[in-house]
Amino acid sequence: MIIRLPQAGSAPWFWSFAAAVATWLVAITASAGMGATAMITAALSFSVFSVLVGVGQMFVIASGPGNIDLSIPSAIALGGVVAMKLMAGANALTAEGLAAACLVGIVVGLCNAGLIRALKVPPIIATLAMSFLLESVAIAYGRGLLVQPPPVLGWVTTVRALGVPVLPVLGMLLTGALGVVLHRTVYGQSVLAIGQNTRAAWLAGFKIGRVRIITYALSGLLAGLCGALLASFSGGAALDMGTEYLMASIAIVVIGGTSASGGRANLLGIWGAALFLYLLRSMLNSLGFGMGWRLVLNGLIIVIVIVVAGGEKWER
Amino acid sequence: MSASSTAAGSPGRSISALVSVALLRRLLPAASFVILLGAIISINPRAGTYMGLTLILNLAVPLVLATLSQMLVIAVNDNDLSIGAFVGFIACAGSLWLQSSPWMTIGIFVLSIAVYALLGWLIQAYRLPSLAMTLGMSFVWYGFAVVMLPAPGGQAPAWLHHAMTWRPAFIPLPLLISLVLAVVMHMLVMHSSFGVLARGLGGNGRALARASWSLLAIRAGTYAAAGLLGVLSGVSLLGLATSGDANMAGRYTLLSIAGVILGGGEFVGGKVSAVGAVFGALTLSLVTVLLTFLSISTDWQIGSQGVILILVLALRALLQRNSDAEGPVA
Repeated sequence: MIIRLPQAGSAPWFWSFAAAVATWLVAITASAGMGATAMITAALSFSVFSVLVGVGQMFVIASGPGNIDLSIPSAIALGGVVAMKLMAGANALTAEGLAAACLVGIVVGLCNAGLIRALKVPPIIATLAMSFLLESVAIAYGRGLLVQPPPVLGWVTTVRALGVPVLPVLGMLLTGALGVVLHRTVYGQSVLAIGQNTRAAWLAGFKIGRVRIITYALSGLLAGLCGALLASFSGGAALDMGTEYLMASIAIVVIGGTSASGGRANLLGIWGAALFLYLLRSMLNSLGFGMGWRLVLNGLIIVIVIVVAGGEKWER
Repeated sequence: MSASSTAAGSPGRSISALVSVALLRRLLPAASFVILLGAIISINPRAGTYMGLTLILNLAVPLVLATLSQMLVIAVNDNDLSIGAFVGFIACAGSLWLQSSPWMTIGIFVLSIAVYALLGWLIQAYRLPSLAMTLGMSFVWYGFAVVMLPAPGGQAPAWLHHAMTWRPAFIPLPLLISLVLAVVMHMLVMHSSFGVLARGLGGNGRALARASWSLLAIRAGTYAAAGLLGVLSGVSLLGLATSGDANMAGRYTLLSIAGVILGGGEFVGGKVSAVGAVFGALTLSLVTVLLTFLSISTDWQIGSQGVILILVLALRALLQRNSDAEGPVA
């Protein structure tokens, strides 16, 4: 017997924002209304990083069943390390450093797409092999030293205008632009078409190979950029700073209402889900749970949200 | 199993050539293991002795079990991203209580297998993405492990440690266990009705449903079997490590997926190979040994596992060429 659960229907982003608001309410109730706005600004500041990689992962997942990018954490680490080393703390080299991080990410994405194509293996295994390789490269290249980010980049990633952190605003502009790419360009529509039915899209003349290459390159680019910004935000690149973003990027995409089997994407939901995951952690913090129980509840709530909101419609 | 499909794909070639290509593909997992082992023995001949083999393959046993667990989940077109955390959880629970209150510990193990079955049931009933569900569960298992053992500690029961360091006659224990597991799992997956149903669910679930099989029961049963193998993996890891740590099997999640694919498994269509998965896991654990023998910096340990993965897959792609030319790449 299957119990029918409410479907989010035409607004798949609804659940992620509802969950975010609910966790925020519980958290401020627990702290008796203290720091309610501070929590939101903190959530926005931290979420922007998971949104960046989440959007990349969303394009990849939306481009068809089986597509996933497991190399995001190592691309973040490598992007951060390369950017920090190249800039060496000098303001003058900021643009070069950011460009280098993006370039590293793009190369990673191209390698991913190349492996998938050349070896005819599922993306999960190609990007996994790639991430093993990159992890070693990042360890060997970034050994030891912690380079400070250039002051200007540290400033941009933490500055506030009228109490509003600037970086999330920039992040929203970027997500908006990517929303236009997804919904208003041939490339974006091709991603969704291929995701819905690869064979039909292939027969209809879509350039599947080219779209896949762009999609993985985009995911890599966003991960590399995220690495550089994350390193600037936290005062230096750490090799393990990408680790948590693998799980985060996948969870955000699924909770945000993007179909895990491809063909449907939701950018607004990405923000909702990223805010939800951050607020969930601060809620469990403010309720005074220890690290272990925090992880348990975190996982359970993710599972419950997916059961409630993430089910696919069952057509016969 | 793949021989017939390969043969059907390219009618233009002679039967003997096809048989040899198909055979080569099936031998690839075993061949990569033998080549790595040969390389290790040629560097240090003592690795080829009874003691040497026992030492270099000891830590492979838990990974073999985790890989076989992952293989069952992959057979029904799912992925288990929680297996590493689960194995750590089991090892932690065992290190705390297996000695003092064995029945309660076995109760915990049975309960966690039931959770696996429930997970499979939920995934089937609501068409949930296994990737995201097991991702959530990985936090749950890891969290419980941290609650139980905030710092590394606990103790493996003496009998378990003895069992894992037992020296059977002639054949080193890790090889003996791998052999038994390969045979048992091969029989289960290829020749039992359970295995046929599980692979059928991966291949064409709707056809099974039309034939009035309960897909819920099949997926839940497959997950339960995967959970049992996860428990065995955790217990064997505990026996080797003698103490517990929540993080001790963190790498198993990705390594087990890599092992299944190295062993010739595919993500869709219920195509898996138990014997191949065992060789895949053994190969991956030999990579680190080889690097140590070559005295290559540990920086490159994980990277070389990636390289081996790419090399074997490239070889397989070469052997596969021309067998399916039509259609887009999946």
